[in-house]
Amino acid sequence: MTKMKLALAQINAKLGDVDANLEKHLNLIGEATARGSDLILFPELSLTGYTLQDITPTVAHRPTADDPVFRPLLEASHEIDMVVGFVDEDERHRFYIADAYLSQGKVLHVHHKVYLPTYGLFDEGRFFAWGDSIRAFDTRFGRVGMLICEDFWHISPPYLLWLDGADILLLTSASPGRGLNNDSRLESARWVEHTNQAYANLFTSFVAHSNRVGYEDGLHFWGGSTVYDPNGELLAKAPYQEESLTFVDLDLNQLHRTRARLPLLRDERTALVERELGRILGSNDRRAHTGR
Amino acid sequence: MTMSNLDINTTLATKILSGFIKSELSRVGFTRAVIGLSGGIDSALSLALVAEAIGKENVLALRMPYKASSQDSLDHAQLCIDEFCVQSLTIPITEMADPLIALDPDMSKTRKGNIMARCRMIVLYDQSEAFGGLVIGTSNKTEILLGYSTIFGDSASALNPIGDLYKTQVRQLSRAMGVPDEIVDKAPSADLWADQTDESELGFTYAEVDKLFYLLIDQRYSMNECVEAGFDEAFVQAVIKRVRQNQFKRMMPPIAKVSNRTIGYDFLYLRDWGT
Repeated sequence: MTKMKLALAQINAKLGDVDANLEKHLNLIGEATARGSDLILFPELSLTGYTLQDITPTVAHRPTADDPVFRPLLEASHEIDMVVGFVDEDERHRFYIADAYLSQGKVLHVHHKVYLPTYGLFDEGRFFAWGDSIRAFDTRFGRVGMLICEDFWHISPPYLLWLDGADILLLTSASPGRGLNNDSRLESARWVEHTNQAYANLFTSFVAHSNRVGYEDGLHFWGGSTVYDPNGELLAKAPYQEESLTFVDLDLNQLHRTRARLPLLRDERTALVERELGRILGSNDRRAHTGR
Repeated sequence: MTMSNLDINTTLATKILSGFIKSELSRVGFTRAVIGLSGGIDSALSLALVAEAIGKENVLALRMPYKASSQDSLDHAQLCIDEFCVQSLTIPITEMADPLIALDPDMSKTRKGNIMARCRMIVLYDQSEAFGGLVIGTSNKTEILLGYSTIFGDSASALNPIGDLYKTQVRQLSRAMGVPDEIVDKAPSADLWADQTDESELGFTYAEVDKLFYLLIDQRYSMNECVEAGFDEAFVQAVIKRVRQNQFKRMMPPIAKVSNRTIGYDFLYLRDWGT
């Protein structure tokens, strides 16, 4: 498959009302399917809302065919691939911020957020367990990787996915808007857009980002979902602060053309990285990173 | 002096703040709002935002003069009502406040001012029920930080669209939203007694303290760094002290914890829970 039609579902969510959010998902999935989309990308915690706090344990689900929320989603995934955001409760009752990739009635991959911001306005580490793996996985469009919000404020998760074979990064967030100044966009929007464009450039890969909109108390989520191609060109951008379903056609052969011109992946010296990381983490130099 | 960039994009600010009002009203089943108009810039801006958010026909503006209030305040409030074409009521508070004030012939100006502010709160919340609309807050970030308000008086509201805007930014956004010039240009005053102005009472100007706040609060400068940036040390110290002393006005009253799960400590939900 060399062409892929992606739908960015930039939605609001009802805080803690999974049934209402599921209904919205199914409606948009239906619309995206009718418009011939191959994949629909929902934002972080799209099924639950973001600032869950003590709601967290009451909205958790398991991504299995016998789960009442995932059953209809898995059925719909026969028509269209999808990434949905939810709270995953593992068998030992740890709660994770999670994205699930559903395709052809199956759960292809679940990513648990590995970086939980617990500073400033964020308090995720208080309510959620830290994910512990970063894995690319195969889809009918090639190998992809998923990351959730703070995961891609750190450079290492997208780097690891790139080395693990991902040519398409599927990024999701519920990013609260902040940093109003005299610019026409918020500082938080500027930062994420610069960074995602840089990833597209540095990894010569597709980078798709689905962000939330709407309000939770005084927080608002700024939207502005984007797709960049392997040249770092902006292919699509959803409006700021408004719900939207944005469609974009990805020509997957762009990977071939860009990497023929710019073989950054071919030349990446992973063994050098491994040696130096080993040295840095093994040293007892207190200025070096501690290897958390 | 280090530049404090307080300039805001007023189009984006309007979009975010009016969206906030609309969302926070509608998700709890309201389409209407009530707001007290003092004749000053803060309530004028909140009025402009709420009219933008939910439509002028859904807004009730209240003028609540005391017998000592200046005619200018009443006139300027009317200017806003006319400018934004909202419904309005004038409910004087003199007959509410005076019997209480009369109980103590030695009552201080501050006590009288607090009584007036709390009478207005009673009227607003009564009209909230009568009109079926939530009370829109009118406190800006500068006055919230300084604690320049009456707790459970003018600080009482259901939601506050302008509480993260400094006074300087309130002025910029007010001009952009068409608040009449007379109101934007006049000296800010609580108008609790004759010739009162905020800046003479506080001992500094809003323009000055907003620049300091930008460094101190937004940019997390230390006191010493603010002094190095050009601010007078005594001024910086006085402002920091004022911010700290008024923390109580910015919080719900603390609850003494005795159980395993206590409201405010480990019973944690947003107000928008389930909406």
